[in-house]
This record gives sequence, C-alpha cells and structure tokens, in this order.
Amino acid sequence: MDLMLQSVGHSYNGQTVLEDISLDIPSGQIVCLIGPSGCGKSTLLRLIGGLEQPGAGRVLASAPPADSLNPLTYIFQDFALLPWRTVAGNVALVLEDHALSASERAAIVQDVLARTKLSEFAQALPKQLSGGMKQRVAIARALAVRPAALLLDEPLSALDSQTRELLLDDLVDLWTRQPFTGVYVTHNLYEATRLGARIVVLSRRPGRIRDIVDIDRPLAERAIGDPALEAIQKRLWGAMRDEALAADRELADGR
Amino acid sequence: MADDLNAVPFRGGGFRPERRRGVGWLVFVVLLGLWELLTATGVISNLTLPRLSDVAMTYVYLWESGLLFKHVIPSLQRFAVGSLMGLTAGVAVGFAIGLFSLARAGLVPLVAALFPIPKIALLPLFVIWFGIDEGSKYALIAFGVFTPTVVATYGGVDNVDRGLIRMGQSFGLSWMSIVRKIVLPGALPALLSGLRVSLAIAIILLVAAEMLGAQHGIGAYILEAGSLYDLERLFAGVIMLSALGVAVSWGIGQLERRLLAWRS
Repeated sequence: MDLMLQSVGHSYNGQTVLEDISLDIPSGQIVCLIGPSGCGKSTLLRLIGGLEQPGAGRVLASAPPADSLNPLTYIFQDFALLPWRTVAGNVALVLEDHALSASERAAIVQDVLARTKLSEFAQALPKQLSGGMKQRVAIARALAVRPAALLLDEPLSALDSQTRELLLDDLVDLWTRQPFTGVYVTHNLYEATRLGARIVVLSRRPGRIRDIVDIDRPLAERAIGDPALEAIQKRLWGAMRDEALAADRELADGR
Repeated sequence: MADDLNAVPFRGGGFRPERRRGVGWLVFVVLLGLWELLTATGVISNLTLPRLSDVAMTYVYLWESGLLFKHVIPSLQRFAVGSLMGLTAGVAVGFAIGLFSLARAGLVPLVAALFPIPKIALLPLFVIWFGIDEGSKYALIAFGVFTPTVVATYGGVDNVDRGLIRMGQSFGLSWMSIVRKIVLPGALPALLSGLRVSLAIAIILLVAAEMLGAQHGIGAYILEAGSLYDLERLFAGVIMLSALGVAVSWGIGQLERRLLAWRS
C-alpha cells in the first residue's frame, strides 16, 4: 500500500510539534523516521495510522488489498499485550471482531506463531516471556491481520542490545520473504540503516524534514560493521548532533 | 591483597511480605485459649467476660433448638440480596462514569455527596419508602454497598492502561470488544479490592438494619442479648459476624487467585 503525506502539521495546546511534512512511502519499502527525542516522530506515526487527526494537511493511502483485515497495523514500543491472555489469545484477540470461522482463526494463529517461531509458547502468559519474546508476540499479532503497511513505533527501544540484534534479523527475514510496506520510527541510527530503504531525518520541535537519505543496498546484504552503512550513520549523526544536543537541553513543556 | 578481609555484612533483607501458613490460625487459637484460661480460673470475672466454653454451649443450644438457622438464614439472605443489588448498580454506574465524560461530569459530584452520608441515618426513610419488611433492609444494604463500589469501579476503569486501549483501537476492535476484553479485565483488580470494602460495609449495615426492626437475624439476636446483658449470647452473635467477615474475605481471596492469576 502506498502512503502519502501532504504538508502534514500538528500542534498540542498551541505548541507546534510537526510542520509541513510531505512524504511518499512507496509500497513494499521500509521508510525510517529518525530524529531527536521530542521531534514528533511518534506523533507522525499516530497520524499516519489514524490514531490522531492532523491539525493541517492530509494523510492519504492507496486502496489496500482485499484480503487485508487491518491495513494499517501498529507495533508498539511497550508491546501492548493483554497480560491476562496467553500468547495465542493475544493474537486471537485481533481476529475475533472479523467474520472468520473458528477453524480459520485457529489456522491464522498457528501460522503466524510458526512464522515468528513462537509455536511452543502458544499457551504462555506475557509475564512469563522475555522482552524480545513479547515483541515477537506483538509482531505475530500484527501479521495475523494481514497488514498492508506496518507502523513500527520504536519497536526495539525497550530491549537490550543483543535481543535487539536478534529481532532486527527477524524483521529483515520477514521482509525478505515477503516485502512489506513499513514506517519505522526510531532514534537509533544503526536500526535505521539496517532496515530503511529511505531514511527521513526530522529536526527538533517543531519537527520538519531535514534530510532524506536513500540506501540502495538490499536488506539481506546489510550487516553489523558494514563500512558503507557506517558512513551513512556518520553522515546522519552529523546532521542530527546539534539538534539532539539542543533537544536534550530543552524543558519538557517548552518554556 | 591485605589479609584483614571480612565477610561483607548482608543488609538487603525484609520489606517483602512472605506467605506464612498457619500463623493466622495460631493467633486465633492463642487468643481463644487465653480467654478460656483467664475466665475459667477467675482472673477475669464472668460478669466482665463470659467463659468461652459457655459461649460454645450457647452454640450447642442454638443448634439443637434450630434457632441458629432461624437467625442466620434471614441474615445471609439480606446480605446476599442487598449486596447483589448494590454491586450491580454500583458497577453499572462506575462503568458509565469511567467510559462516558457526560456521566462523569454529572455523577461524580453526586456520588461525592452521597458517600459521606451515614447510611444508617436513612433507615427510617427507607422504612417509609420500602416498608418495615425486607424491602427497607435490602435498600439500606444496597445503598451502603453502592457508593464505594462506584468509586472503586471508575477508579479501576481510569487505571486501565491507555496503551492497551490504543492498541485495541489500532486493530479496529469494536467499542464493545474494547470494553469487554480490555477495560473490564483491566479494571478487575480494583473491582475486587473494592469488593472487600463494600462487603464489610454490607455486614455492618446488615446488623444495623436488623437491630432496628427485625424479629430474626443476627442483629436482632445480638440486640436482644445485649438488652438482657446476656453476655454469652452477645458473644455468640458477635462471633457469627466475625465468621461471616472471615468467610467473605476468604471468598474474595479465592476469586482473586482464580481471576487474577495473570498478575505477577
């Protein structure tokens, strides 16, 4: 599914957080949004998925494939799993409102748990799982509704660096097997260069597009310590450093 | 390395409740044993405190004469019916306040105005409205249970993780599904701890209602014993109330263990 932002702007309580964001997100590609904390990148993601209404401009999407149950599907930083449901129950939750037979539903749950290597944990409760496993459950849940675009809100930020590396590989595998449209919000330059076909750098508040970097190298060929990727990270950091420094010194309420 | 090495003292213990089986029983047994010992030996005069064994004999009498059930059954019925009415209305209003801004704006001040009224003061009013029979007793207990249940329920709904609700919306779940599958289970811990308070209030009001106009019931039994200064029977009645309180608390504990097993 193609997504298009047309001069999107947003403000909270009279304070502008996003200004004049125009962006194309082509089908089958992952676009990474990076920027210093408080630049409105998570807000932008909520605007893209319709969880918030833009104060200005428009968010447009092409018609999703007919078999998609929930075209714009989120993966959250804090996993957002129901603690009282098992792994299988958490995945089933998002299917229960759709007209599916019990056997179809069970088949989907089984399929996505197998794809995320969670089959043996189907009956476990979230509290029994590590952070990485919880995020895998959230990924399985997102895949269950056959999304046309995945909206990932710092999905690896709550995880330790080893787990993060493993999940990055999983995401790359998933994309390689079946390329999906993705918007990936992160503050981590390395994650952005591993996953992004295009990296959009936002300035600090009010967030504007500062730079757009395209990376041609296929996802499967990118790895830790790749000098080309590191050069891009260095360039991005050069663009962001002063902004990050200024953002760090800002008071939360902006006064 | 120096050779004056000492073990580092441990200083991280405590501040962590642990499960100690049987201690609760032990406290009961020791207290009751002390009671029997001191009254039997005459250290405490029987005019001050009846002998435990005499209180026990009162139970034997109550059981053999069938009076026990004559008093306990109506009380249990009033407790159950009144509480159920109050809980149903309280949970419904609490959810309305938690889910709809209009209900919140309109009802929260009203609940705040009703909460501090001593419900016993309203019993004469309820007698006029609902009659001297069971109606006024049900109404008193229901009303007493209602307000704390409302407050506990909307507090619980307010505390449901907004991130989970946002997740439900982002997957296109219907409003009803979000309420049933996310808000209700999320509010359940607060609901159950509110239930403890509500049912304790229900027991207090049960006795109050029965003291002011009932032939049978634990409250009536205690009032009658009290006015005759019959301490054995007074204690027998009070112990029934304690037993009811312990049973209710145990029941809620079981509910919590079964329904909230997902909590870490």
